[in-house]
This record gives sequence, C-alpha cells and structure tokens, in this order.
Amino acid sequence: MKLSANSLFKALGDPTRRAIFEQLSRRGEQTVHVLTEFSGVSQPAVSKHLAALKIAGLVQLRREGRETHYRIRPDGIAPLVDWLTFYSAFWHERFDRLEDLLKRMDQ
Amino acid sequence: MIEPATETLSVVIEREIPFPPEKIWRALTQPHLIEEWLMKNDFKPVEDHRFNLRADWGAVDCQVLAVEPNKTLSYTWGAYGLESVVTWTLTPTSTGTHLRMEQSGFRPDQQQAYQGAKGGWPRFFGELERVLGELA
Repeated sequence: MKLSANSLFKALGDPTRRAIFEQLSRRGEQTVHVLTEFSGVSQPAVSKHLAALKIAGLVQLRREGRETHYRIRPDGIAPLVDWLTFYSAFWHERFDRLEDLLKRMDQ
Repeated sequence: MIEPATETLSVVIEREIPFPPEKIWRALTQPHLIEEWLMKNDFKPVEDHRFNLRADWGAVDCQVLAVEPNKTLSYTWGAYGLESVVTWTLTPTSTGTHLRMEQSGFRPDQQQAYQGAKGGWPRFFGELERVLGELA
C-alpha cells in the first residue's frame, strides 16, 4: 500500500475538484477555459483546483499559445487502483470467514 | 483490473446471507466474534468509541461513526496513513439478509456532497480506462 493514495483521496475530497477531474477523465484533454465554463466557478478557482490535482500527480498540463491544456496523468491514478484492488481482495476473504463463522454460530 | 470500482470510487461487497440480521449483527459487533473473522479488537458498538484492529502485520485505528442495531454500522478505518470509512448495511430479505459493505476514501459528508452533484461516479473507471486507452 502506498501513502500516496491518501493524497489522492484528499485531492479528490472536494466535490468541484472531483467534478473537474471526472470531466477530464470523460472528455480527455481540456483547456482551463473550457473547464471553467463546465464547472460554473471562477477561473482562479478552477486554476486552484487544477494546481491541487497537479500536486497530487493526477493531471499534467501543456501550454499552447495563451491556452493551458490539462489532461489525466495515467500513472497518477495507479495508487488509487492499488488501494481498491487490495481492499477488494481483503474484504472478499473476510466475507468468506464471516460466513464460515455464521455457520458455526448456528451449531 | 479496475473492476472493483465500476460503481463508485470505493470497495463495495454485497452478499445474500442465509441468516437473519440479528445474528450477523452479533458477528459484526461482539469483540470475540469479530476476532474470528476479522482481527483482534477492542470494539464497542458506541458512537465515537475509538478502537484498534490488530494483526501480526500491524494495527488499524478506528472510530465508530454510526450505530443502528441490526441495520447499519460505520467506522473510520485508518491504516498505512490512509483514513477511509467502512459502512455495513443489513437489509432483511425473505431468505435472510442482504449484507453490504462499503469502504470509501471519502468521508460521508464528502460522499453526500458529491452524490448531490451532477453525474456521480457511475461508470467512472470505465470512462477513465477508455480515455487512458486513447492516450496510450
């Protein structure tokens, strides 16, 4: 388990930030301009959210002329997927044990 | 590979158990029974109670968030520097109980705020895989 899953959950803890991230995951690369229109908050606020996502390693940027384009960073999501995979296996195994216990409790 | 999160950004396990909620509730809340299927512990079904789950490999720091006997139980789950929330939901059925466990890295308040927002996470990882595939 990696500590960085924690920073990912923190980075995605804010609903607006999560919506921006989700938008990038759905639509691919987007400009700050388009993301601002989508999110319904001010451009400085969007830039702040994008900066937080960048620090968490979830997005990367590319400048072209006056526009800044953001997209998902594929490696960035890996700790989250690791976390989900680890606990999915963990809980499946514990559910099996729980069911065994419930059968024994009957006797 | 990303299958665990097809519905939400959390681990969700659901099973039909051929026993009534009251019996499952005992297994979820009595320390000597919890130890049999989960880990050694000093659990108490009391809101705000702090407890540990202990195994050879380390301990999980927990705090009870909500207790509704035979219906729902949730507690924080802190391990490896990551805090998450585990929520158990028991729903009686004609043959026993529908047991659901959700572990989420988001606090319940964040979860709620988010679910109120547009779209939600449904199929999120499917979409993400598609985009990542395009990037590759």
